[in-house]
Amino acid sequence: MKAHVQFDRVSHSYPAESGAPVEALRDLNFSIEQGEFVAVLGPSGCGKSTLLRLLAGLFPATSGSVSVYDCPVSGPQENTGIVFQKPTLLPWKNVLDNVLFPIRYKAGRPGARDIEQAKSLLEMVGLADFQKHMPDQLSGGMQQRVGIARALLLDPEILIMDEPFSALDALTREEMGFDLLRIWRQRPKTVLFITHSIAEAVLLADRVLVLSERPATLVEEVAIELPRPRSADTIHERAFADYTQRLRELIYQPRLTVVPGGKQDQGGHHAIA
Amino acid sequence: MPSLNRTVRRALPVLTLLSLIPLWELCCRLFEVPTFVLPAPSDIARAFVEVEPARWLGHLWATLRVALAGFAISLAISIPLAVLMVRSRFLSQTLYPLLVVIQSTPIVAIAPLIIVLFGTGWAPRLAITSLITFFPLVVSATTGMLATPQELIELSRSLRSSPTREIWYVRLPYAIPHLFSGMKVAVTLAIIGAVVAEFVAAEEGLGYFVQFSTSYFKIPQAFAALLFLSVVSLALFKGVQLLQALLFRWSLPRDKT
Repeated sequence: MKAHVQFDRVSHSYPAESGAPVEALRDLNFSIEQGEFVAVLGPSGCGKSTLLRLLAGLFPATSGSVSVYDCPVSGPQENTGIVFQKPTLLPWKNVLDNVLFPIRYKAGRPGARDIEQAKSLLEMVGLADFQKHMPDQLSGGMQQRVGIARALLLDPEILIMDEPFSALDALTREEMGFDLLRIWRQRPKTVLFITHSIAEAVLLADRVLVLSERPATLVEEVAIELPRPRSADTIHERAFADYTQRLRELIYQPRLTVVPGGKQDQGGHHAIA
Repeated sequence: MPSLNRTVRRALPVLTLLSLIPLWELCCRLFEVPTFVLPAPSDIARAFVEVEPARWLGHLWATLRVALAGFAISLAISIPLAVLMVRSRFLSQTLYPLLVVIQSTPIVAIAPLIIVLFGTGWAPRLAITSLITFFPLVVSATTGMLATPQELIELSRSLRSSPTREIWYVRLPYAIPHLFSGMKVAVTLAIIGAVVAEFVAAEEGLGYFVQFSTSYFKIPQAFAALLFLSVVSLALFKGVQLLQALLFRWSLPRDKT
């Protein structure tokens, strides 16, 4: 079977104001199968978001190629939906219109079928009763659900999620994780999920790509062979603890050994989230 | 002051202002201040009533239409200009310094030159008013459009939208709260612009009337016209606020009480 998404020797640098360009990604090679849920795990600021933007076709990679079904990504993709870290809804539109934004934006007037689709998506994310609410009347978690519904409106093949739950409180975050799994079962997509939470990556993904600090290189791919559907019970399984332990070692080991006495940034508090 | 209720709190500034009037009157009478130095409120009120309402309205209308038309012209130029500056780095780098130069030139000083340039009549008055209101409008519209979250721009790019749609559906609406802040400043500046123009060349308008009254030593009448101007300015400011509340309810912070 052909890979759905293929990163082939991808490197990316940003031009700096002065001096040498800042290298964000170095020589990344990986592929994602159709319908696979892949989490990208790495320290803050390591270039995970760059990876997402390359796949979305927002800008081209400095070198190497990103392809979807063997077709090089050369510009913004019709078939990708994006969920950002912040919900970024339009404050002047109600919830339903925010979900319809991609249609209104592309085609102008949404048809009856689009509105049906938007309503069923809102129902799926548990916001059926909030269609006429304005974004600032919703909690952070609810706003992010609207963001997910918006990303699914055009029925994309690929769903890209950039730390979508990191702005939420711990309880909401866990709940959103399970909801995302349910949504993914109902609407199977190829998912690239960027996160800096180890537990979240293990709970959600089929496979976790561990990135190093900037410039990000691929440290290891870890297949998560926990049975699906996963639930709150999954977290208490022995295997879950083993996976999180292994990922934690992969992330922190190089730092502890390579930089003795260097600054120990951020500690392990993300791991628990 | 948590014990005061809303109505009292709202009325407080007005009450403070009103309580100054008897104090002012008292001082004028007590120290026998000559009316040409500072007329007492009673003198001003008398002067106000002595001028026929039709004359007041004539002057009011003359000032108001210049202020509003100048403001409208300024708005019609500044928003497209702000769009251009947001779209093009080159334009923003070349035009912005020019705007700052225009802004830092005292309009009052170039007003006579504008009269020479445009002759007398409507054109110079509109030009002066537009020039004075221009800067806050361009700056607030530009700032507002640039304040659009990057993610939303990326989302619109990922939908392969045209730049026109990006401006129209995302950036301009995002600029609304900023734009209205600029408009509140600009609308009061519009009155200043109209008055400056009347000072230089006009035979009607409240500004002209202030100058006319002063030159005939009718100081209470000048004060009456001045107070009238302040009230008009305040009303326009409130008008812009009201317009925002009516058209763009969402752009106001949600009432917490």
